[in-house]
Amino acid sequence: MREVPLDEIEALAVGAWVLGTGGGGSPYHGLLNMRRLYTEGHRVSLMDPDELADDDMVAVVSNMGAPLVGQERLADSANIGRAVTLMEEYLGRSFRAIMSVEIGGNNGVQAFLAAAETGKPVVDADAMGRAYPEAQMTSFAVGDLKPWPLSLVDPRGVEGIVAKVPSWKWMERLSRKMCVETGSIAATCKAPRTGAEVKRWGIPRTTTQAIKLGQAIRAAQREHRDPVQAILDSEKGKLLFRGKVADIARRTTEGFLRGTAKLDGLDAWRGHGFELAFQNEWAVGWEDGVPRVMTPDLICVLDTVSGEAIGTEVLRYGQRVTVVALPAPKIFLSPRGLDFVGPRAFGYDIEFRSVFA
Amino acid sequence: MRRRIGIDVGGTNTDAVLLEDDRVLHAVKTPTTADVLTGVRLALESAAAAMGPQGVQAVMIGTTHFVNAVVQRRDLAPVGALRLGLPASRSLPPFCDWPEDLAAIVRGQVHMAEGGHDYDGRPIMPLDERAVAAAAREMKAAGIGCVAISSIFSPLDPAMEERAAQILRDVMPDAAVTLSHDLGRIGLLERENVALLNACLAPLARHTVQAFEDALRQAGIDAPLYITQNDGTVIRAELAARFPVLSFASGPTNSMRGAAFLTGLKDALVVDVGGTTSDIGALKAGFPREANAVVHVGGVRTLFRMPDLLSIGLGGGSHVEAQDGRVTIGPRSVGYRLPELARIFGGPQLTTSDIAVRAGMLSLGDAARVGDIPDALVRAALMEAARMLEESVDRMKTEAAAVPLLAVGGGAFLVPDALPGVSEVLRPAHAAVANAVGAAIAQVSGEADQVFQGLTRAEAMAEAERIARDRAVESGADGATLALVDIEDLPIAYLPGGALRVRARVVGEIAA
Repeated sequence: MREVPLDEIEALAVGAWVLGTGGGGSPYHGLLNMRRLYTEGHRVSLMDPDELADDDMVAVVSNMGAPLVGQERLADSANIGRAVTLMEEYLGRSFRAIMSVEIGGNNGVQAFLAAAETGKPVVDADAMGRAYPEAQMTSFAVGDLKPWPLSLVDPRGVEGIVAKVPSWKWMERLSRKMCVETGSIAATCKAPRTGAEVKRWGIPRTTTQAIKLGQAIRAAQREHRDPVQAILDSEKGKLLFRGKVADIARRTTEGFLRGTAKLDGLDAWRGHGFELAFQNEWAVGWEDGVPRVMTPDLICVLDTVSGEAIGTEVLRYGQRVTVVALPAPKIFLSPRGLDFVGPRAFGYDIEFRSVFA
Repeated sequence: MRRRIGIDVGGTNTDAVLLEDDRVLHAVKTPTTADVLTGVRLALESAAAAMGPQGVQAVMIGTTHFVNAVVQRRDLAPVGALRLGLPASRSLPPFCDWPEDLAAIVRGQVHMAEGGHDYDGRPIMPLDERAVAAAAREMKAAGIGCVAISSIFSPLDPAMEERAAQILRDVMPDAAVTLSHDLGRIGLLERENVALLNACLAPLARHTVQAFEDALRQAGIDAPLYITQNDGTVIRAELAARFPVLSFASGPTNSMRGAAFLTGLKDALVVDVGGTTSDIGALKAGFPREANAVVHVGGVRTLFRMPDLLSIGLGGGSHVEAQDGRVTIGPRSVGYRLPELARIFGGPQLTTSDIAVRAGMLSLGDAARVGDIPDALVRAALMEAARMLEESVDRMKTEAAAVPLLAVGGGAFLVPDALPGVSEVLRPAHAAVANAVGAAIAQVSGEADQVFQGLTRAEAMAEAERIARDRAVESGADGATLALVDIEDLPIAYLPGGALRVRARVVGEIAA
């Protein structure tokens, strides 16, 4: 267990945005909250999952909803903190520590907000290793762990508990409805996990991974080195394609941002084309019509010059981008893992093949 | 025959042109004066002398005065910030992401009250009118004269901001009040930041526009005064005094539109090469394409109607470095110290201007001082400049077809005559006063942006267009020339009567 300095949280915000693989919402408001909390004297510690006792209880938090609404309502650390204490009141037990359900995007920072509010440490782990659009797309679901209960809080004082559901899909349906009613954004504390469960089914050390990634990018930018190369070195990633955006089509359906982006190759890829499909996050990429990369491998689209990750909602025509793949957490590469987050889970009838295989 | 005077009040020079129909009759450059008024008066008198007894229909002024005030942190008033939205957004109050030096000047008081809307049009909480009145009394007691009001999702429903303004005026009738929905878009912090910047400029804007009016009178010109905006249109001076942020980017906008006008093109890319940077923008139907991303102004994140500009570190003063056979240009530049630091002036730093003089493309300073630069380095540097421009031009294009490129600015010699993806490179005459020309040709716009209930979609859109047309005519437009340039509708699901928010914008010529 060690105290995390603010500078590492700044790096975490950068790294988490890359691991968001195009979605997950910008960590900017979460970072602003952390700057304020640190100014007020709060400090957050990070603990390794191995430091958890088997019967410790861990809160799994996420800020759920539409990133657009978050742009107006703004994340408030008090809400995510209250989601945790509400769950403690419901359970009649107190949590040992807090973790994010997803390290990618805005939620990568949410565990720190809840931790600062409650004075508990953050566990260096998550359940996605990136960002995914739906609640059942987690390593905990792959492990067939209990999906309930869930607490949900909005700033008006609405507090809700989903006490029991028969499946992860049902949890997604019910919590999504509650979230929409409270204005399409809500702070949630997902089904609590024991220390044993986190150690067995959590994706370990993803917070440290995101901090290191962010530090590598910031150092490269500061020293005028190639930040894309820094990402590849830091994550043992693979450079897939370099080009410029030739077309982008988006539509909002069933609460998700879906669409495709087409790239024309540059440099070594001149004369070749790349197409990306997304559901909030990048899901599948085809080079010259042939599937090249697909979920659960992490697909990141980066600004070729700055190395900044580009979200599916802001990519636009003419941008110079580099597509890279980062290795997926092992748990998603099993047949059962692929059932939850492989290409077929996103509606693409493609046999999964990792670019790292 | 229509005659107008266009004036550009820049940080260094005040330029004026007298335009008769499509012809530049007279152009003059005078130094910008600290009081603004003197420089404008001199420019106006020069134009008036050239114009004879016929007079002009309108005077248009474009100025970077307000954005410079923010960047240089001068002449800014303390602002009372009032946000409606509690209990949401409490942890990130107004000014929370401002640079500390600017916040220290502008942050007068910060108030937050219950109110705001959800994305579906329902209130988050009813507006706490008593809290608003209490905030107004506190601001009044502290002598605060400028207020910015922001409310969650006010671009969808501005009613709470408007009601709060009403309450404020009862308590502090003389306050300059800025409402965030008048200026910004979705994104509370960014929209609120625009409102705060606008509010802190209110006294300076009032004072500056008054100085413009006085200069007109002193020069003996009897014509309506307009101020140019970020989007290339003008508004009446008295309205412009209320919305100084709308003129923030009028410099580059006027330069782009002026360049296009001088070449007779309406769809083109424009590159303005200065001493340190090149700004590249795109004109569509004669107007600059808008940015749809966050723009930093003086270190403050903002999101409002601004031209989409790409700035790269290539200018007439950019450093040229050669290392291991690779040549790089910029982003460092000698800037305004070119006459002291560049090689052609006996200085130590190799710049793009030195390369251009050595290549025989530019006459400046002493060519003998750069005779030793090897040909290979000259070729490599010019190729690198061309490569940087080619890449930026390509990034700003929205279509694959080749487009014309207009090159203006003091460093335009760096733009080669042919570039891939560019149909032709044009270098307009009078390019030195393109800004003032851009001001002179500006049109009048009118905008409607409101929520309609109990109407069909077609009826609501027609009604919005009618309101926008009325407003444009009120602002001095010739009704017969008005054209609809932008209309969009956003359904608001939870309000009764099929509520629809419609935004419509028309532009037209100034009435003769």
